[in-house]
Amino acid sequence: MTEKTDVVIIGAGPVGLFAVFELGLLNIKCHLVDNLDKVGGQCAELYPEKPIYDIPSRPVVTGQELTDELIKQINPFKPKFHLNQQVEKIAKTEYGWIVETNIGTKVEAKCIVVAAGAGSFVPRKPPIENIESFENKSVFYAIRDKSIFKDKKLLIAGGGDSALDWTNELSNDSNVTLIHRRKEFRAAPDSVSKMQELETKGKIKFLKGQIKKISKIQDSRIMLEYENDEERSNIEVDYLLPFFGLKMELGPIAEWGLNLHENLIKVDTEKFETSTPSIFAIGDINWYPGKLKLILSGFHESALMAQEVFKYCFPDKKNIFRYTTSSKELQKKLGV
Amino acid sequence: MPKLIITDRSGKKSEIEYDSNFTLMETLRDNGYDIEASCGGCCACATCHVYIDEKWTNKLKNMDDDEESMLDQAFDVKNNSRLSCQIDLSEELDGLEIEIAPE
Repeated sequence: MTEKTDVVIIGAGPVGLFAVFELGLLNIKCHLVDNLDKVGGQCAELYPEKPIYDIPSRPVVTGQELTDELIKQINPFKPKFHLNQQVEKIAKTEYGWIVETNIGTKVEAKCIVVAAGAGSFVPRKPPIENIESFENKSVFYAIRDKSIFKDKKLLIAGGGDSALDWTNELSNDSNVTLIHRRKEFRAAPDSVSKMQELETKGKIKFLKGQIKKISKIQDSRIMLEYENDEERSNIEVDYLLPFFGLKMELGPIAEWGLNLHENLIKVDTEKFETSTPSIFAIGDINWYPGKLKLILSGFHESALMAQEVFKYCFPDKKNIFRYTTSSKELQKKLGV
Repeated sequence: MPKLIITDRSGKKSEIEYDSNFTLMETLRDNGYDIEASCGGCCACATCHVYIDEKWTNKLKNMDDDEESMLDQAFDVKNNSRLSCQIDLSEELDGLEIEIAPE
């Protein structure tokens, strides 16, 4: 089923969220797509607890607070979120564009607004030679169906929440070894103490080291060579599950024929439109002479972009500029 | 001006002057070295990973827990690994030798 709206915003970070507000004031409805399982982009994923000091009128605000306040601010416009998915394909239609995600969500819209920051968050892959040829067979960066690991021998790599949580959970039905470069873990203290308890009871094994090599042995078994200060050694397992956090990459956006400048999308500074009419780019993902990657610049870009999107959505209407402080109509939309 | 000696990923050595008001990451980035620093320098990613020449490791301020934890997301971590965004340059570091870690 294809849903229909006015604008699809790719990326639900602070700038994508504020775009909902600016578009909403002009009666333009939005859907947002984000690869993360939550709203807020880098602010919520990378630095939820870190203070930001350069948001106008907020002497200090954390990444998570900023996200929460933006969600509150755009709530009157009832945006629809499609989380945990990445826009893969876009195609021109008579109406505008059809946007399709990797899990098959289809949304048709008049305009596309790319607010994808530094790109999509994807798993950080260890730089082990040839690891690609084992991916989705013996190497998994995310777990969709844990039943395949039942009664198997697993090596889980990493020291964060994902590594520890999966170590604890999969230890019920699988033979789990955890490998990490040091004996300290940045995961939640609860998960760390649970893991240590399992290790003491002999339910899991812990290895100190970093994986250096992967090779195939008979059947679907793999051999991992690892190294620490004392030794270089091998371990033979059925599956390797590396959890080294997330990194950002431009991803499918690079394939849409938009003019780029060093992996950033070129836009004009009047409308923030890309080289393809009715596709816009705002926030850290865009480039123009003098560009600064600041959240506040993204907010400004949202407001100007919305003026132009209005023309695509309502070609016969005149857009009259109004202030939220004085316009009864805008206040009605905001429910204040 | 004080100087840094940098070995890039191809193994090429070069010398640059630095301003001690900046971090090592900012200096590398602004001099065009290929260093991602995707979080912008708030110790929330591990994409500005460098190796510090052994002669200099104990002249730097010790790493805090935050930095040590973030290094868990880097690869090829060694005893002389640091995140360059956490290294404040000072006049005393004149001649510091570093190598940019593999991606």
